[in-house]
Amino acid sequence: MPIFYEKRQIVTPGDLLAEDEYISGENTYKENEKIFATRVGLFDHDQKRVYVVALKSFYVPMVGDTVIGKVLEVTFGGWVVDIRAPYPAMLRASDALERPVRPQRDDLPSLFDVGDMMIAKIVAYDRTRDPLLTVLERGLGKVTRGQTIEITPTKIPRVIGKKGSMVSMIKNETGCQIAIGQNGRIVIIGKTPDDERSAIMAIRMIEREAHTSGLTDRVTEMLRKEKGEKSTKEVVENVPKET
Amino acid sequence: MSSIMAAKVRAKRIAQMIASGKRSDGRGLNDYREIQIESGLIERAEGSARVRLGKTEVLVGVKIEIGEPFSDTPNAGVLTVNAELVPLASPTFEAGPPDENSIELARVVDRGIRESKAIPTGDLVIEPGKKVFIVFVDVYVLNYDGNLIDASALAALAALLNTKMFNYEVKEGEVKIKPGYKPLPIANYPIAVTFAKINDQLIVDPWLEEEQAMDARLTIAIEKDGKICAMQKGGYGTFTTQQILEISKMVQQKAAELRKLVVKE
Amino acid sequence: MKTSQKKPEKLIDEKDIRYDGRKLNEMRPVKIEVGVLANADGSAYIEQGKNRILAAVYGPREIHPKHQALPDRAALRCRYHMAPFSVQERKSPAPSRREHELSKVIREALEPSIFTEYYPRTAIDLFIEVLQADGGTRCAGITVASLALADAGIPMRDLVCACAAGKVEDRLILDLDDLEDKSEGADVPIAYMPNMDVVTLLQMDGMLTSEEFEQVLNMGVEGCRQISQLQRDALRAKYTAAKEAEAEKEDEAEEAKE
Repeated sequence: MPIFYEKRQIVTPGDLLAEDEYISGENTYKENEKIFATRVGLFDHDQKRVYVVALKSFYVPMVGDTVIGKVLEVTFGGWVVDIRAPYPAMLRASDALERPVRPQRDDLPSLFDVGDMMIAKIVAYDRTRDPLLTVLERGLGKVTRGQTIEITPTKIPRVIGKKGSMVSMIKNETGCQIAIGQNGRIVIIGKTPDDERSAIMAIRMIEREAHTSGLTDRVTEMLRKEKGEKSTKEVVENVPKET
Repeated sequence: MSSIMAAKVRAKRIAQMIASGKRSDGRGLNDYREIQIESGLIERAEGSARVRLGKTEVLVGVKIEIGEPFSDTPNAGVLTVNAELVPLASPTFEAGPPDENSIELARVVDRGIRESKAIPTGDLVIEPGKKVFIVFVDVYVLNYDGNLIDASALAALAALLNTKMFNYEVKEGEVKIKPGYKPLPIANYPIAVTFAKINDQLIVDPWLEEEQAMDARLTIAIEKDGKICAMQKGGYGTFTTQQILEISKMVQQKAAELRKLVVKE
Repeated sequence: MKTSQKKPEKLIDEKDIRYDGRKLNEMRPVKIEVGVLANADGSAYIEQGKNRILAAVYGPREIHPKHQALPDRAALRCRYHMAPFSVQERKSPAPSRREHELSKVIREALEPSIFTEYYPRTAIDLFIEVLQADGGTRCAGITVASLALADAGIPMRDLVCACAAGKVEDRLILDLDDLEDKSEGADVPIAYMPNMDVVTLLQMDGMLTSEEFEQVLNMGVEGCRQISQLQRDALRAKYTAAKEAEAEKEDEAEEAKE
């Protein structure tokens, strides 16, 4: 079965990738028994499927995804939330309050105000309406501490790692709590700003080197070096001055 | 929302019919709708004509004014074409400044006339560099039922053939109108022919439902000796080069047929 | 700068060499860069002869005003605009009738390439700014707009490339510049999707016999294929730099292990 590119070669939209019996995977389309790329990216394939790892794409909502959103607007029925997608998301007041909203008495901005960040889950989304959010499950809700960063959504799986191995390692090494949104936003809450900074450096490193191997080891090494340097600094500073 | 879905259903039905060689109004793939041309209806205009192409109705008025030439062509008169899709012509037309559709219509009609040199602008000079005749061709769409380009181009040509210029003399730098008229000099007879593509089938003169169902349209303007003097592809679809060349052959005969209706030998 | 340069007597000499030294079927030199603006979702820049054109894409994004939303696909909105200083005689910033028409035909040239049906009720906003003009701006604009769409990560069937061909002083030529375009003859801008082998923009002004038109059409499509190659090279170049940096790091890590 004919395949026209090698793994990891850069392909562009419209490039003919394969013919006949292959299945058209991510970032490709099939027409007349031919499979073409739809985005710029790295070509890859297995026995059955041909696909492209896109070098640039944007987040498209999916029901069940955990996302980190930023409140754009407070309305009488809830909040309009930016989730870095082509569609704005909606969080109903009745969801956050766990009961029907009482417009005269409920002060919605006190729950979430414009600019607030939240960890939420997409409960509904289809072609005819904007995504609907919930904050009711454990681990969801307003973000009150820590820092939020944005990365390319395509790199999120790498930050999570196989069975969560990468993000667990970062949590262990830095002692931070980390919430990952599928939409490319990550919340990092550490005991100190330094810990948060280390975690952020690790994530940026993953974003840059996502397509290389041995990344987990290199990130671990980087974090340990960081910690080592920090503790040396502390030791030096803690030496009492000679009187 | 439902009107878009209804339009999609209609489009599918039309595409199916055309695939079997029939059109929803009974015409052959290569047939124009019935055409009626009437000239000289607007006395206040220097020239006018109305074309009915099926139910599409376009009125063109020609006015001739005196003005300054363009700085880069001091020895030429001026031709300017404008089109208005007036709101009474269709529930989809809104009042307001010209939108992209009326601008495209005007510019395509203009291109056919200008590139075929139908009006010898050198004959419109009163005082080189200072005073020339300006020919205003105003396309007024009265009823929109598809294929405004062909109807408007035909009406514009008929109106120009109907146009009379007043006699004049220049006295002390002033232009004085004298009695009598002479026809506007016309040197060519450009005709626009539009083909639409629906599911890879090519049909001439799409009416409204066909326009809504089509992938794309290609308009070709042919001058009196059979040369191509303007082209415009429109719509969100595409054409293969074979289809383009096929259309460019078919328009020759259609242009000759339409020209006979306007230009009496 | 305003030049006192007079128009050359002949645009093409007896040896079929054009006044700027090009052969009849030679394109002007082209330089393309992808991803040049920080705020836009996608962007690209082209220099073709003296043309300097910038394209930027925002979207798919929420559509305003809401009544322009289409229930079954994204609405592609396109603005082709020339800067006041882009031409010899200053042009008013207000959109001219020509810019309106070109915005429409350019939009219709690019729409067939985009999977708009993936993003209903959104807008994809495309902006083409001509910073300097020297003939063939709608074609260069389409070429660079298609790259901006790819740079924004918008899924497409194919890149759209564009090039003009025509007739000047009785000879058929490729890629007309401003002087050639303004002279007698003919100008045929063409936009093309190479992998699907279809034309998405076709216009013509001037006078050509049917036979001449067929030759000009084929010449133009050939020119488009050349442009298509340059487009893909530019896209690959942007990401190759990033890929090489990653590969370097991988090599360093390998060496460190040894």
